[in-house]
Amino acid sequence: MSVAEKISIRELRNRVEGDLRQKLARESVLADEESLRPYECDGLSAYRRLPLVVTLPDTVEQVRDVVRYCHGNGIPIVARGAGTGLSGGALPIEEGVILSLAKFNKILDVDTGNRTALVQPGVRNLAISEAVSHLGLYYAPDPSSQIACTIGGNVAENAGGLHCLKYGLTVHNILKLKIVTVDGELVTIGLDSLDSPGYDFLALMTGSEGLLGIIVEVTVRLLPKPECAKVIMASFDDVEKAGNAVSDIIAAGILPGGLEMMDNPAIRATEDFVHAGYDIDAAAILLCEVDGTPEEVDDEIERVRRVLEASGCIQMQVAADDEQRQLFWSGRKAAFPAVGRISPDYYCIDGTIPRKALGDVLNRIEDLSSEYGLRVVNVFHAGDGNLHPLILYDGNIEGELERTEQLAGKILEMCIEVGGTITGEHGVGMEKIDHMCVQFNAAELTQFHAVKEAFDPGRLLNPDKAVPTLHRCAEFGAMHVHKGQLKFPEIERF
Amino acid sequence: MSVDRSRELIDAVTASIESGKPLSIRGGNTKAFFGGPQTGEPLTMSGHSGMVSYEPTELVITARSGTLVTEIESTLKEQHQMLAFEPPCFGERATVGGTIGCGLSGPRRPYAGSVRDFVLGTRVVNGRGEDLRFGGQVMKNVAGYDVSRLMVGSMGTLGLLLEVSLKVLPAPRTECTLILEADRDGALEFQQRWSQRPSPISGTCHSGGLLHVRLSGSETGVASAKSKIGGDTLDDGDAFWTRLREHDHEFFKGTGRLWRLSIPQASPEPDLDGDSLMEWNGALRWVISDSPADRIRTAAAEAGGHATLFRNGGAETEAFHPLSGSLLKLHKKVKRAFDPKGVFNPGRMYRGL
Repeated sequence: MSVAEKISIRELRNRVEGDLRQKLARESVLADEESLRPYECDGLSAYRRLPLVVTLPDTVEQVRDVVRYCHGNGIPIVARGAGTGLSGGALPIEEGVILSLAKFNKILDVDTGNRTALVQPGVRNLAISEAVSHLGLYYAPDPSSQIACTIGGNVAENAGGLHCLKYGLTVHNILKLKIVTVDGELVTIGLDSLDSPGYDFLALMTGSEGLLGIIVEVTVRLLPKPECAKVIMASFDDVEKAGNAVSDIIAAGILPGGLEMMDNPAIRATEDFVHAGYDIDAAAILLCEVDGTPEEVDDEIERVRRVLEASGCIQMQVAADDEQRQLFWSGRKAAFPAVGRISPDYYCIDGTIPRKALGDVLNRIEDLSSEYGLRVVNVFHAGDGNLHPLILYDGNIEGELERTEQLAGKILEMCIEVGGTITGEHGVGMEKIDHMCVQFNAAELTQFHAVKEAFDPGRLLNPDKAVPTLHRCAEFGAMHVHKGQLKFPEIERF
Repeated sequence: MSVDRSRELIDAVTASIESGKPLSIRGGNTKAFFGGPQTGEPLTMSGHSGMVSYEPTELVITARSGTLVTEIESTLKEQHQMLAFEPPCFGERATVGGTIGCGLSGPRRPYAGSVRDFVLGTRVVNGRGEDLRFGGQVMKNVAGYDVSRLMVGSMGTLGLLLEVSLKVLPAPRTECTLILEADRDGALEFQQRWSQRPSPISGTCHSGGLLHVRLSGSETGVASAKSKIGGDTLDDGDAFWTRLREHDHEFFKGTGRLWRLSIPQASPEPDLDGDSLMEWNGALRWVISDSPADRIRTAAAEAGGHATLFRNGGAETEAFHPLSGSLLKLHKKVKRAFDPKGVFNPGRMYRGL
């Protein structure tokens, strides 16, 4: 930034700070550098920018005031929950404000008869389940960052989690939203009934990454807690056999609560870290969890067992009790920190592919890994084909980051090539914005822009995110973790 | 029967854009009674049919929009799979495109999900004559806005659907239907009690003092629930739920105005004149009534839901529940985003849309 630009940002900041202080409480407007720093990035910590100011409204009226002010003055707005996102969706815009919903952390109502909860957007995902646990209910979508991430952010990203094969994504688990549109209007989308008249704006808003409106209220569906759950762990001497076993389980008409896979590098890294008893010589490990009533679980585990036997696994084991079940899962859940121990940096990919392509894609990733001279560790939501290849590198070595980004790009393009998508759950944000140009053609991107225009013709809501302009289609985003300093290191990650 | 009429259909859209004469898109025309009036040059999607791909182990089927729902269902049945949202056809020529456009789901909806929940991707022609693909064939896909799900229930007003990819589920291993005697309050109380814990209930219907309950799942799970619920077993349960879904059930005979109230499941029965049949664990109330539309819509809204004039409405009353001012404004803008010249099914959802 030039000196002139720096001065004008400073002047703009002073003006905006002054104006917003008329509308919000003193402590709800942050403008000094030290206070802004915690907001300079989200979970994609490689990219940092200071916003003009950070606003922390207390009420919906204040949210509307901030939005109307920004709209009237052409100031971009980036909404933020807990800032745990992995694609830079909450990365600030330099000439824009951060609109934090962190203070909106109340559960407003729980309707036990209809099994719904009315919550504010800043309520943590896990807090919802915790609040209704005593009623025998829970909120099903469980992204790995659920102890910290907020429901508003979940809606913005259409978050998934470990159990979405059986229980769906966020879009399947909400009924109603209240949003503030870019001109400050409060609009209710959906109803308390299972459907609502008109276009399905609920589906359109979910996963719109803060580009169409600011979420100020969410009505979530609650489910009765499963009575019990059992997990079976199977080891394979061949990655394709493991991939085929996944298909066989589905073909047998079984819908597991969770179905996860790790390749050998992932097994070694995680076993070294948590000592869960994984077979470190196995080419791949499958973890398959079923839930339901005790009779149903025993039934299903038996059926899974028969399928795995026929699939040629080396060995399999049903967790003896709940404690061992948690132990089996602990390694898979700790995959990111485990990998952080064995490499100064890693780059996480979030593609989804048809399940049948799993074996083929893994083999090709192994070839690419040799070609680029970079280790790759693979963990998957095998049940829905959402894979997280982790490329290990050292950013201090000349050229390694560039090679990593090239390899990542090749893997993402492979996902598209086999009929998948570049992002299964982390969102596009700013990180994968140019790969949108590979996944969609110009006419499709233009249609997306037309939708945006219906909601935000001035492009003030989270600009330069999620949907690239045709002009922009050449840039590349990157995520890396430097020397294990992952933002929110204590959060479990898949 | 596999025929790809894409080129011809895209050309029809382009011609309509150029001439300014709108199109009236229909499949088997089985839902002509539903929604707003059909205006414009009829464009029939029948014949544009066939499976583009079906992967049972991927739990996904992709079909051209003119494919008969019955054809899809029989294809899935061979692999012990199903469309879990159990769509009503209202006629044997019903197409999957029309099903998506109308967004109607059947008795299994509250337990398994709605038609929109199972849409993974679409191929559509927009109002610029462009052949676009949104979503894909995988469930976990958050790239771009969810245009595919936006198409569901849009009554064909946002684009011409060429193909749709749907998630399918394994068919239940066993099912059985029980009949209990209950009045409306008793039925509501039963439903409430059984909603508090996971159960194999996959369908409910209360009408004329009888509560029908369908159980689906594993043999042991179904047997266990059956012994706890009691009641009589209905021999041909399948036939009952099919009749219910297709409105062949005796409740739906007759020419009175049929209202569809979608309200929170635990809602007490709205105080309306006329017969009522309750479905979806209480979340759907069918009411045959001559009461003024305002009264019925107010009752539904006060319960937290909405009311559709489903059948036998006549031309004067709008079929769908009116939208708030700000919501209607957004509808018009989104409509323009997809169909700037207004060629797709004008008025089929709301007047002026």
